[in-house]
Amino acid sequence: MTTKLGLSLLAVGAVVVAAAVYGDMAVSRQGESGKVTVVYWEKWTGAEGEAMQRAVNDFNASQNRIFVQYLSISDIDKKTLLAAAGSNPPDVAGIWQDQVAQFADAKALTDLTDLAAQNNVKASDYIPSFYDGLVYHDRLWALPSTPSVICLYVRADLVPKEYATQETFPKTIEAFDDLMFKISTKNSNGTLKMAGFLPASPGWYPWAWGPLFGGKLFVGDKLTINSPENLKAFEWTALFPKNLGAQTIASFQSGFGAFATPQDPFLDGKTACEINGVWKAGYINGAHKTFPWFVVPFPYPKDHPELANHAFINEDVLVIPRGTKHPKEAFEFVKFIQRQDVMERLCAAQGKNTALAKVSENFFKTHQNREIRYLDHMARSSNVIPAPQIGIFPQIRNEISVAAQEINTDQKSAKQALDDAQNRLEGQWQLYRTQILGDAK
Amino acid sequence: MATLSNTDTRGCEVSKSRDLRIGLLFASPWIIGFCVFLLYPVVASLRYSFTSYSVLNPPRYIGLANYQELAGDSVFWGTMKNTLLYLIGAVPLMTVVAIGLALLLNTKVKGMAFYRAMFFMPSLVPMVAQGTLFLWIFNGDYGVLNTPFRKLGLTPPNWLGDPTWTKWTLVLIAIWGCGQAMILYLAGLQDVPASLYEASELDGAGLWQKTKNVTLPMLSPVILFNVIMGIIGAIQLFAVPYVMFPDGQPARSTYFVTSYLYDNAFNYQRMGYASAIAWVMFVVTLILTLFAIRFSDRHVHYGSN
Repeated sequence: MTTKLGLSLLAVGAVVVAAAVYGDMAVSRQGESGKVTVVYWEKWTGAEGEAMQRAVNDFNASQNRIFVQYLSISDIDKKTLLAAAGSNPPDVAGIWQDQVAQFADAKALTDLTDLAAQNNVKASDYIPSFYDGLVYHDRLWALPSTPSVICLYVRADLVPKEYATQETFPKTIEAFDDLMFKISTKNSNGTLKMAGFLPASPGWYPWAWGPLFGGKLFVGDKLTINSPENLKAFEWTALFPKNLGAQTIASFQSGFGAFATPQDPFLDGKTACEINGVWKAGYINGAHKTFPWFVVPFPYPKDHPELANHAFINEDVLVIPRGTKHPKEAFEFVKFIQRQDVMERLCAAQGKNTALAKVSENFFKTHQNREIRYLDHMARSSNVIPAPQIGIFPQIRNEISVAAQEINTDQKSAKQALDDAQNRLEGQWQLYRTQILGDAK
Repeated sequence: MATLSNTDTRGCEVSKSRDLRIGLLFASPWIIGFCVFLLYPVVASLRYSFTSYSVLNPPRYIGLANYQELAGDSVFWGTMKNTLLYLIGAVPLMTVVAIGLALLLNTKVKGMAFYRAMFFMPSLVPMVAQGTLFLWIFNGDYGVLNTPFRKLGLTPPNWLGDPTWTKWTLVLIAIWGCGQAMILYLAGLQDVPASLYEASELDGAGLWQKTKNVTLPMLSPVILFNVIMGIIGAIQLFAVPYVMFPDGQPARSTYFVTSYLYDNAFNYQRMGYASAIAWVMFVVTLILTLFAIRFSDRHVHYGSN
């Protein structure tokens, strides 16, 4: 029995020793070939993932010192944060621009300001709207991978001929509303057959309604969710359930196919206009749809002509989490992606804009979105709207989204929904300031 | 009668002690796993519930602040209300359906093994696949469930888009997973002594009286077990609404306590607050379970009694 016990203890000991030795090797970033392995976590799969994998391959082939290992990871934001908390983060992670402030506040990111300066990466290399969103509290926290302009897509075959061009499409909200309600049609049983426009389809950016009407989500350290401009915006969204019927819209929308399928409501002719990103063209082409379409900036309120030519942007970005073992090598890779030819190839393959100020003619000519030149022009507009840089943006986005749903389902008035969102967010902002920012006020 | 000498007794004790050590050694993977992956997180979550903890920075003690915030958090109470409404709807419905199916599957019909397998199989479908499947079935516009309503000229409910219906959609979906409970009821039914039925028949009992006076009382311990498991499962509801109704859409009508906990922990980096929610969930589960056990005193009949 003693021998058995001894052997058992020996076996357990061997496992422990092996785990200690090989476990360390398993997380080592030093490849066998002597190259430094940079682990890169990215959210993309499918065609988008393949496009980035090609960029990674190009980088790996371009030099013999660093090897980038591309890993496609779901819920990348949450996993990156937890990995950083566990002191074993990836060297590079692909998150979204609207999370930069939250990550920076959480001290989850490496400050790139000095690395960028040392590597001659300058703000002037970029379209300002795409670069400014990466600077928070005067420090640079990320660099772009694939940025996007989001604007209004219009199906020319579903609007009257006199409005079916970029030049003749309504420029003001008031004219836009008239047209949208005019072209919306119902079946004999009262259900919707076609809606000109529905604010909740696809409904990905309810936080942007206020800014499209000149509103802000916060000013200084005060949240302004229920400001008059934001209220005006949501009173406008409430016109749709009021005029078309909340239940009618809900039932109509429940029949919409998923985005990226031919049953998408815009592709299927169930909506004539929708707010969507530069990538939309790729899905129209991919579904082999031949209908005519064009893009325009979202219409502006008649009494605010200064808001003309506005669109909003979002951006996939590359960050170097705090605590990575090879920040310099990681930045080498991030810098490689900023090269004009690399970024244009990547963004073209994903059907996105480019973040760089300098754009080649080839990018415009070969891009899958034939409106790319116009979309690039929109990105350079002074009225472009980026996601606000505030650490509780996830909560703001969530509360505004709930408010939009309450208004859309006719559960609350716009004022009540925004007041409720403001009250809740004020409490959360106060907590965030004391607990995360360490603000004593 | 032979007696053990001192040497024999000592030898026996040494042997017992050695057996214990070997037993513990072989059980050690489970013991270590339990301590590392269950006991430590449970104790740590209790500690974190009294802290402000963003995961990336060390936890900071804030006393009862998280619990005080919970008391005034309208979203938390909304999620609690949604969870309890789901529980009230799903647990009795699942119990009735599972018992009904078990009674049917306990009859002597040709091919019964096939029917039993068919009714059990849905409970093996993964939650995410289930969610995706029901998105199609309950689709307000072209879902198969609404087709009969339309054929009858009625306006069908918008199961997925109308806040009035969304929770009840999830309650109906819960029936899909009643196969596990059904199997337990079936096992319970097969344990009911045939002599009891024979005796009741001699007393002139019909089908309903046999069910009411023999089957259900004999099945009551299994019912209690399934109800308790159902309560725990309902409070932990997460995967299906997470797939079918992202962010508790529409208008937080399907936002449950677990989803709120998840958002606070992983989307808002408020692990301390999320831990406090977890402990409140635990206390609620404990109270409901104790209530069920207390209530069962008068209604559950054990064979040994």
